[in-house]
Amino acid sequence: MDGLDFDIAHLLAGGLVLMSFLLLYQDRMYALLNMFALHAVVLALSVAWQAYVQDAPHLYVTAAIALVFKAIIIPSALHRIVERLGIHRVIETVGGVGPTMLAGMALVALSMVVMLKVTAGADPLAREDLAFALSVVLLGLLMMATRRNAVSQVIGFMSLENGLVLAATGAKGMPLVVEISVAFSILIAFIVIGIFLFRIRERFDTVDVQVIDRFRGERR
Amino acid sequence: MSYDPEVLILLIPLVAAALLAVLPAYRASARLNVAATFATMAAGLSLFVVERPAPGAYLLVDDLNIVFIALTTFVAFTTSIFSATYIAHELEIDRLTPTYLRFYHAMYQLLMFAMNLALLANNIGLMWVAIELATLTTVLMVGIYRTHEALEAAWKYFILGSVGIALALFGTILVYMASGPVVGEGLDAMVWTRLVEHAAAFDPALLNLAFIFLLLGYGTKVGLAPLHAWLPDAHAEGPTPISAVLSGLLLNVALYAVLRFKILLAANPDALAPGPLMVTMGLASLLFAGFMLYRRRDIKRLFAYSSIEHMGIITFAFGIGGPLANFGGLLHMVMHSLAKSGIFFAVGHIAQAKGTQKIADIRGLTVSHPALGWALVLGVVAIAGLPPLGIFMSEFLVVTSTFAREPLLAIVLVVGLLVAFGALFLRLNEVAFGEPVGSTAPVKASYVPMYVHFAVVTAAGLYLPPTLVVWFQHVASLLG
Repeated sequence: MDGLDFDIAHLLAGGLVLMSFLLLYQDRMYALLNMFALHAVVLALSVAWQAYVQDAPHLYVTAAIALVFKAIIIPSALHRIVERLGIHRVIETVGGVGPTMLAGMALVALSMVVMLKVTAGADPLAREDLAFALSVVLLGLLMMATRRNAVSQVIGFMSLENGLVLAATGAKGMPLVVEISVAFSILIAFIVIGIFLFRIRERFDTVDVQVIDRFRGERR
Repeated sequence: MSYDPEVLILLIPLVAAALLAVLPAYRASARLNVAATFATMAAGLSLFVVERPAPGAYLLVDDLNIVFIALTTFVAFTTSIFSATYIAHELEIDRLTPTYLRFYHAMYQLLMFAMNLALLANNIGLMWVAIELATLTTVLMVGIYRTHEALEAAWKYFILGSVGIALALFGTILVYMASGPVVGEGLDAMVWTRLVEHAAAFDPALLNLAFIFLLLGYGTKVGLAPLHAWLPDAHAEGPTPISAVLSGLLLNVALYAVLRFKILLAANPDALAPGPLMVTMGLASLLFAGFMLYRRRDIKRLFAYSSIEHMGIITFAFGIGGPLANFGGLLHMVMHSLAKSGIFFAVGHIAQAKGTQKIADIRGLTVSHPALGWALVLGVVAIAGLPPLGIFMSEFLVVTSTFAREPLLAIVLVVGLLVAFGALFLRLNEVAFGEPVGSTAPVKASYVPMYVHFAVVTAAGLYLPPTLVVWFQHVASLLG
């Protein structure tokens, strides 16, 4: 792989980490959804570029799934749900934006230190992709931990899955089985979540997880 | 075409799930559910006698997973019988509608398919997909009552389970990265039997990192502390047959995945020893659950915490390793599955008879429902590890082998066991003895599955057939 190919792959993977940071501090529901769509677009570009440089046409399918499904269908569907539930107000977060961003930076540093050290012998592109992917996964986890609202937790989870797709495409020649399964699982996950959101709405008139927490069995 | 039990084990639940999804009559579908699990069990047991197919790129039958398959299909069968009578009562009191019941039966078979696939998979990617499918089906089943508590439990389980499964996928990708340069790119680099052959040449650092992700990921599904938070809620709020299947089977399946990767790591001399990590998580789960048992007010939660405790013991035993501890771990796993699902059958009957799961509202069971009450006493005696029942034997093996190898850890282990023991008997005393409280209406459901489980556990404590012992010894040596 020559210099430019490598740099572009690097840029796109790095861009995904940046997008994860952008997701981390959004405090409005619609902005969060738009940002997630952008996250998925960057993922699609990154996967498509990998397909091109690795000469692996099946990866274009993964890229297309990321683009159509995650960048268009899911955000617009969530947009409608948010609208119907009337929860487009400011999102409650646990802890402020500042500490969360600092924690995010620490996680990225951690994943760089761990992955670059561990994969010293591997293909340079793969190892950096993997380091970025782990950062995206950890940032997704952080987002799930710092949000109280069910919809934004779901978005955190999906950004985490985007990181997994990045890792899977960075691993050269990984069988399609896994990529399809990842896409498929997101589909199922989304259906499940959709059902849950509606039921939660139906039962609690809120999608704030903190309110749901009040119905703990032990406190009856 | 020759007889191929592997395919049957997967095909029967899948076809049954499709049929049950469209069959409206609940009596017929409950019967079909029982028939399908019986047929699957027959196919599973036939693995012992027919010649094994050679490991393929996707499926594998070896001495290790045969034990798990036999256990899974057996408990699935007995649970389906329990479920048939349990569900009839839930319909009567309108907790479930016929539509939901159709969904429930289809999901039950889909879960069986997913668990059998995870056990048979020779491809680490396929194994991951199967465990993910099992998670999703159980999430739907836990939320089936649609009460506040059930939805909260399902949501919590879904989020924690997904995070666990995501971490496990990352670990799987790392294993692929480690194997790629040695085995070659493509499908081969995910086939478990090929991986084990070549594991010695893998990059140890990458393999170590992969195992940590896999242990955390699949460990969430095993219910190991500190990743166990979903488990008590999911057990308490779902239908009781699902609690029995979750505790008795799904936790084992996740542990099986961890064991597969443990074997992989053990094949590489430079990789870190997986034992200490598993020992630490196992002990933490045991101690944590032991103390948490004291504060339970809900009978299903009580036994859910007891499941965390026992999965801790089993993980601990496999972490210590060596022929004796592995043997103890395997035996403990089988005994715990049987005893715990038997207890959940009993708890299901109790909750239906009394109309509550609160321990405070259940009193004097041995007086009001002698057959049920004494069965529960027997079950708790078994699960607490009193002689001469099966769990005593396996715990004894684990404790003695630990004393021989790591005396200090053995002391912690014994303390944990005693703490849990105390809590269980404290609660049992409240529930089983004293003046009866609440309804004394007889239970209409069948006690047979419960008695069968307890009978097997008791018999195993008194006499283990030599063929079984030889088999377990062999599997224990495979686990290293």
